[in-house]
Amino acid sequence: MKKLVLGLYAIATVALMIWGFYQAMYVAPDDALQGYIFRIIYYHVPSASVAFVFFAVSLFGSIGYLTFRRGNHDRAQIADAWALAGAEVGVVFCTVVLLTGPIWGRRAWGIWWTWDARLTTTLVLWLIYVSYLLLRRFAAGPQMQTLAAVLGVFGALDVPIVYMSNRWWRTQHPAPVFGGDPGSGMKDPAMLAAFGWNMLAWFAWGIFVLILRYNVERKHQQYAEQEAEEALAANL
Amino acid sequence: MTSALWTHLIKDLRIEWRSKDAINSMLFFALLVVVLFSMSFDPQGAFARDIAGGVLCVATMFASVSALNQAWAREIRHQVLDAQRMAPTSGAELFLAKVIANFLFVAIVQVVLAPVFLVMYNLNVQGQAWKLALVLPLGTWALVANGTFFAAMAIRSRNRELLLPLILFPIFLPALLAMVVATKDILTGESDPSLWIKLLLGYDIIFTTVSLLLFDVIFHAE
Repeated sequence: MKKLVLGLYAIATVALMIWGFYQAMYVAPDDALQGYIFRIIYYHVPSASVAFVFFAVSLFGSIGYLTFRRGNHDRAQIADAWALAGAEVGVVFCTVVLLTGPIWGRRAWGIWWTWDARLTTTLVLWLIYVSYLLLRRFAAGPQMQTLAAVLGVFGALDVPIVYMSNRWWRTQHPAPVFGGDPGSGMKDPAMLAAFGWNMLAWFAWGIFVLILRYNVERKHQQYAEQEAEEALAANL
Repeated sequence: MTSALWTHLIKDLRIEWRSKDAINSMLFFALLVVVLFSMSFDPQGAFARDIAGGVLCVATMFASVSALNQAWAREIRHQVLDAQRMAPTSGAELFLAKVIANFLFVAIVQVVLAPVFLVMYNLNVQGQAWKLALVLPLGTWALVANGTFFAAMAIRSRNRELLLPLILFPIFLPALLAMVVATKDILTGESDPSLWIKLLLGYDIIFTTVSLLLFDVIFHAE
């Protein structure tokens, strides 16, 4: 039953992504100022949104693990699986953001990179979660989950500080398209529609991969526990 | 100061006084970094004032990473760490004592290195020099407090020397930025560093508090 639902969801996601691609590349018009390169927005912004949401999922997973690790073992393991899945898939989407951004920037602004608030915060976020994944790889044993959860909390604390500190420094990234100045926002309904479809498609894809990763991690955890029990039983 | 904190602090200072391991290696490493940068960039005049803050901060970062790993590695030998965990005092006191001890060592290194720095970069301070006495300790505290915490986390992994800088530097970045920009502002006298000093102070308070609260979690993680 679960496999059937997941299979149908996968088909729906792929259909959404094909539709989103069609909308982004063929239906939506060129930007008045930037021309064709503007279409990167349909990949850059949804990826950024997905990355931020999944990093939040990871943070809640870390907090959940720290809360439940003494009281409720099962819940703690579930929380830890969400923390890892959120971090991994978030890093992938954040990588997409950091790759598409400079490509767009080179065309639109003439520079690959600059140290403004958004770019720096995104880069630091990426660095923090990569270091989180490295800690999970290098630290051994049962304490690894606790250490990783604590690092997750530290990382989340750091991000707003990075954003604020850099904002005071300088800013190059364009002002927010949605909710920025009074003149901002997408005016053309075809553009807005393409943007909406791509947001939906990339979120659907992201959630699909996240659920798969979560399930794989749960299986890992269960096998590890089974092995531990068998080893104990063999020794008795 | 509680007696446990004081005991830990005196112990660390005494061990260091007898061997002088950490201070010697830190001093030499920081000196090497300063010399290498000076050779690579050959800073003159205004350019020197622009980059001096960054070079000092990076030199301090690389130097303290080696000391931080040593500080905890010393505890692991002879199962001292297990004895510490069994002691009835809170782990936070051990942590704070280590932070204060490491802070003193790094501060000594910076004080010794300062004349070398002034000479190699031909620095003369255009702004208010006394503010450096605010910026450098605050920045160093940020580095050492977070560093000691993450070193305790990394100590039980197989790549501990490599892991510490990997998890410390991303989180340290805003404090690095504040320290570098504030030092540059003071040396060039171009703008007011107060904003960055406040950021450093806020960063120190937030992360020291969180480290003290969460240290027992990682100390007893098993």
